[in-house]
Amino acid sequence: MKIPYYPGCTLHERARDFDDSARECAMALGVELEELPVWTCCGAVYPLVTDSVMDILAGVRNLSYASRLGDKVVTLCSFCYNVLKRCNNVMRDDAEKREKVNLFLRADTESREKIESYTLEDYEGQLEVLHYIEMLRDVVGYDKVASAVTKRLEGLKVAPYYGCMLLRPKKEMKFDDPEQPTIFENLLEVLGCDVVDFPMKTECCGGFQVVNDEELAVSCSQNIVVSALKREADIIVTTCPLCRYNLDRHQERMAERVDGFTSVPVIYFTQLLGVALGIDKEHLDFTDNSVDPINVLAEKSLL
Amino acid sequence: MGERIGVFVCHCGTNIAGVVDVKRVAEELADYPGVAYSTDYTYMCSDPGQNLVKDAIKKHKLTGVIVAACSPTLHEATFRRAGTAAGMNQYQVEIANIREQCSWVHRDNKEAATEKAIRTIKIMVEKARLDEALDPISVPMTPRALVVGGGIAGIQAALDIANAGHEVVLVEKSASIGGHMAQLSETFPTLDCSQCIMTPKMVEVAQHPKVKLMTYSEVDDVSGYVGNFKVRIRKKAAYVNRDVCTGCGLCIEKCPATTPSEFDEQLADRKAIYTPFPQAVPNKPVLDAEHCTYFLKDGKCGICAKVCPLDCIDYEQKDEFIDFEVGAIVVATGYDLYPIENLGEYGGGKYPDVVTSLQFERMLSASGPTGGEILRPSDGEVPKEVVFLTCCGSRDTESHLPYCSKICCMYLTKHAMLYKHNVHEGQAYVFYMDVRTGGKGYEEFYTRAAEEDDVLYIRGKVSKIFEEDGKVMVWGVDTLSGKKIEIAADMAVLGLATIPNQSAAKLANMLKIHADEWGFLSEAHPKLRPVESLTPGFYLAGSAQGPKDIPESVAQASAAASKVAALFAETEYHREPIIAVIDEDTCAGCRVCVSVCPYDAAEFDDEKKVARIKEAICEGCGVCIAACPSGSAQQKNLTDEQLYKMVSAALEV
Repeated sequence: MKIPYYPGCTLHERARDFDDSARECAMALGVELEELPVWTCCGAVYPLVTDSVMDILAGVRNLSYASRLGDKVVTLCSFCYNVLKRCNNVMRDDAEKREKVNLFLRADTESREKIESYTLEDYEGQLEVLHYIEMLRDVVGYDKVASAVTKRLEGLKVAPYYGCMLLRPKKEMKFDDPEQPTIFENLLEVLGCDVVDFPMKTECCGGFQVVNDEELAVSCSQNIVVSALKREADIIVTTCPLCRYNLDRHQERMAERVDGFTSVPVIYFTQLLGVALGIDKEHLDFTDNSVDPINVLAEKSLL
Repeated sequence: MGERIGVFVCHCGTNIAGVVDVKRVAEELADYPGVAYSTDYTYMCSDPGQNLVKDAIKKHKLTGVIVAACSPTLHEATFRRAGTAAGMNQYQVEIANIREQCSWVHRDNKEAATEKAIRTIKIMVEKARLDEALDPISVPMTPRALVVGGGIAGIQAALDIANAGHEVVLVEKSASIGGHMAQLSETFPTLDCSQCIMTPKMVEVAQHPKVKLMTYSEVDDVSGYVGNFKVRIRKKAAYVNRDVCTGCGLCIEKCPATTPSEFDEQLADRKAIYTPFPQAVPNKPVLDAEHCTYFLKDGKCGICAKVCPLDCIDYEQKDEFIDFEVGAIVVATGYDLYPIENLGEYGGGKYPDVVTSLQFERMLSASGPTGGEILRPSDGEVPKEVVFLTCCGSRDTESHLPYCSKICCMYLTKHAMLYKHNVHEGQAYVFYMDVRTGGKGYEEFYTRAAEEDDVLYIRGKVSKIFEEDGKVMVWGVDTLSGKKIEIAADMAVLGLATIPNQSAAKLANMLKIHADEWGFLSEAHPKLRPVESLTPGFYLAGSAQGPKDIPESVAQASAAASKVAALFAETEYHREPIIAVIDEDTCAGCRVCVSVCPYDAAEFDDEKKVARIKEAICEGCGVCIAACPSGSAQQKNLTDEQLYKMVSAALEV
């Protein structure tokens, strides 16, 4: 089964481990992630202005590319997912903006004769924008994931961290209950983990604030990490490169600020899925973590 | 055609005559076909004006009257009375509105206004030429009322109707009357004990010779119309012969099966055979088969039957159906709380120390599961800090309900105050959006809580509640200081939104009465007919119609009761005959009218295979007339022929 895949910039740069592990897992589950032959940045943040369509052009352009490959597009990064899904909603539901954006797409095509095979077609919001977790649940099926598990992650206490972008705004994302989501927990249960329910699982990690105000990002992510540690999590899993960065990279700073702080590894959920599917750790790429996850996983005899 | 129509053009002082050339209007109409007499006068509604109409009717032997004046809502009734006094049929008196719809809106164009007035009157002349003499519809009246719901509103309505001398059937779905009010501890703003003021009323209504009380019963079916309803009540199987039972309580004492008590809001258990609370009326148990060992384990138990000294237990008992004829129905089905599970942001339903407002009432109640002590559910400790949250689900257009639940500000103020009376050294916080104290003595009550009882009011919403180190962590904001607030509290009380009782939607559907988009029953007019449903014969009382506190519920119940008493004052019920009628000769029996009628007034006659309109119910809305493919449905005195003539006159064709 081939499914169109939009990786987004970060997964080709800082988050190669996320991209690699996701592709490996998909393959093990009989899914080929077909990367769009042409794609650009999604815009990274969904615009807050409502009277401009320029800002959603980047997102729509990628959707238009993807619509040539199939009726779905899968993405991994929470920001990309948020932007693509909301751009898609606009193109599906707002006839006036749809028409304007499509005018831009046509002009865009004319100015890019170089990539002839990728002329942009009018886009009507027909795609289903899926997050990789949704793909696992709805396309592959959790039961099939369960039967593909070769190493149940028994005894591993895993804290699932959702962050904000998957869940909010509620009416547009319709991903899960933004206050008490469970889709992530359900996946981890399928893998045999002990799921750690912690109240900070949907709090913001600080996001892009890390660029302007690192202190703020450290406080935000500290809240999350400490809350998971209090509930004795062995490991935290995320779905977003920026969340991973904030939770993982600031732990030395957290140790300076919090008495008795013990560090906890933060990995992508696809890496953990890979372990459960028995994929070689070399392919899961545990090299980019500030807090090394190998020891924890080895201790539980999972690697 | 022998019509002799009289046209009476009113000046209304200068209101009409200042714009419209009334003389010219009267003169032009005098020559219009069918008009036998035409005149004008300064104030047609005055005594001399009315006499002028009456005299002209007699002198000119008029068959129809057009009064060209103000809106029919003002004086149609006046001139109909004048017409009747002069020997005319009142439905042949018509109003042409040349004030609100002409002179008032066309002040700057007198010529056109005069033309429009002339044409408006001509339209009405065309109508009047074909108006038939009609009689008001009379239907017999059964002077017995059904009251649905045994909370304070239902009890009050039943008592008032019964005290006016009419029979009442009071139906309550649970095992005892009393409703939510019986669950409450003390009531704002006087702090009198809810049970103490409630139980005498419960006893009074149960013992009233005119009231037939049916608890553990539900309305199964309703048919008929105002004055003539046929209702079927389903008396649920209680597995106890409650006529013989003395309420000794032995069966309850010995019953081995327990389940969380609805009355105690799941804070304590009750037995499978139970009375909801000690002061229940009637104070006789019912057996809940869903939780009974006998029913769950194929007859292995039967302890209650063994211990009952009067052999009241009957495991074979079945639901019983009882029919009544009633003339009016009061719907007082009350409210529920918005489900706490919907408040995921506050961990609703997940954390034991985040409780609902009704749970807190039970904790405060001397007859409650903690005997009036405030103890937190998780560990039974006395909470040192308690946070009260208003607007949990209310006034939230984004995620919950848009409306204000009205009572929460006040009951949370009461909660915080009673908590302070109970735990002197404790700290009570109330997060609020606005403190709404619209009621007698309410503002003073709030001031007392804030100033004398040191309840700390924080203006802002709580964003999140979670458990941490055995505490209930409350994250909020104080929008007055602009600061984030974090409170490590012992307990949080959610002022959950008021929603209509969840069984009310089904009932409203069965009764064919309207409800708003949230399920609250709709009144006929928001200001002038607040206790009646649009469907004749139905009256609304209490929170079923919208969130209400006790005094308002009682007032509305008494108002509904007085409407019922007024209805029952006549032995017949009279209504306007301007309704639909079906021509049986042309009706094809397609039943479109039956499917579109919003009042259930169109019915199908199986023998004649034609549709028929139930005169007593038809509101004359015209939906069936528009829908009828063969034109067989016609409105009396507003027939297609009349409309055609009126439109022709309007277009001057």
